Amino acid sequence: MPKPHGGKLVNREIPEREKERLLEQVGELSTININEGLAKDVENIARGVFSPLEGFLLEEDYHSVLDEKRLANDLPWTLPIVLDIPNNFEVRAGDTITLSYEKGTLALMRVEDVYKYDKREFAQKVYGTLDAKHPGVAKVNSMGERLLGGKIDLITEMKTPFSKYNLKPVETRILFKEKGWRTIVGFQTRNAPHLGHEYVQKTALTFVDGVFINPVIGKKKTGDFRDEVILEAYNALIKHYYLKDRAVISILPFEMRYAGPREAIFHAIVRKNFGCTHFIVGRDHAGVGDFYPPYAAQDIFDEFPDLGIIPLFFKAFYYCKKCGGVVNEKTCPHGEEQHIKFSGTKIREMLIKGQRPPEEMMRPEVADIILRFRNPFVGET
Amino acid sequence: MPKKDKKFTTVSIPTPLFKKVQERIKGTGFTSVSSYVTYVLREIVAEEEEEEGEPFSKEDEERVKERLRALGYLG
Repeated sequence: MPKPHGGKLVNREIPEREKERLLEQVGELSTININEGLAKDVENIARGVFSPLEGFLLEEDYHSVLDEKRLANDLPWTLPIVLDIPNNFEVRAGDTITLSYEKGTLALMRVEDVYKYDKREFAQKVYGTLDAKHPGVAKVNSMGERLLGGKIDLITEMKTPFSKYNLKPVETRILFKEKGWRTIVGFQTRNAPHLGHEYVQKTALTFVDGVFINPVIGKKKTGDFRDEVILEAYNALIKHYYLKDRAVISILPFEMRYAGPREAIFHAIVRKNFGCTHFIVGRDHAGVGDFYPPYAAQDIFDEFPDLGIIPLFFKAFYYCKKCGGVVNEKTCPHGEEQHIKFSGTKIREMLIKGQRPPEEMMRPEVADIILRFRNPFVGET
Repeated sequence: MPKKDKKFTTVSIPTPLFKKVQERIKGTGFTSVSSYVTYVLREIVAEEEEEEGEPFSKEDEERVKERLRALGYLG
């Protein structure tokens, strides 16, 4: 099993016995109310998902991530995990503040750095565009003018309806060890599974001991599958089509940045922290619209010989009527007229109409589970 | 806005080796001998760092196993 990124699994969760004492002190401290995305970042830092980060980026690391795609100590790191503050918030390096979410104290932060940053530089370097139609750029544009850097300590875990599926890296690592897995492939998803997803996972599984299915849970776009639908759909797929001892599902509470290639590297680092040795990267991984070339998220891995996790690259795939199975351009000699593409839009349209997609696209057991939900998609009424 | 200088330093390598590398990187994605040498060194250093080792104690392990059993992940 690979070492955590940077060599050490971070744990910044305050032990139960110390919580009460700390909570008594927080009334005297300045407080910033943070949004759900930032709260998830705090929790991921504290639980070791973002190891080796122990807090939000200091200025030196921030510039290094933007310019070099690495932390200041040369470790690969591609997304700036930063905390912006309201423009009127008074704070200085050396202060301790509380981070609050939904009126509860989430964490303490020891401020080491307060710094200004250039939003255009942030957007251009991380997202490769200044176009405000890109959700990441729009987000940067809405942020405060200053960033805070410094270590955090988690006091209260966020509430999630999926706590059963919310494993920490230390837990997945022990789980993989108990299962006797030495090689594990991580699979990132935001979708209920169709046959193409299953094909990719099982192709990878042929070469490793286990697959770690790790759906991102959190803020979604209208038309996306709801979180509970994704989980139930995967449970059905695993129950009917996977060997029980070869697949594990656990969630990743995280707000997608849609940073394409940079985010693909970040996703790989996160799965390395969970204990994965391999990571699946498909077409347009973590992309949005047509902001990134289809395979940019695969090409970027050439820049990181020291990532510590092996990427497995997959091209576009589809069902071939002639071959009678899922294929791609490297495995099928037949023409397009034989191919059925896994169109998310088409599958969604059929499900909205209450129709079960054909078995060449989606397993019937998976489709039936989705059809049981009155509103399987975000924004549907 | 203050911006930190890039941190680079100079390493000496034999001139014949430098010339060999210069030839080798022609037509590749490497734009300089420095970028090639950096790439190779990062690869080697990372391999040395990735030795086996558990990032948790025996005590953690027992506690976590109990929770994993309670959640149904372990039989």
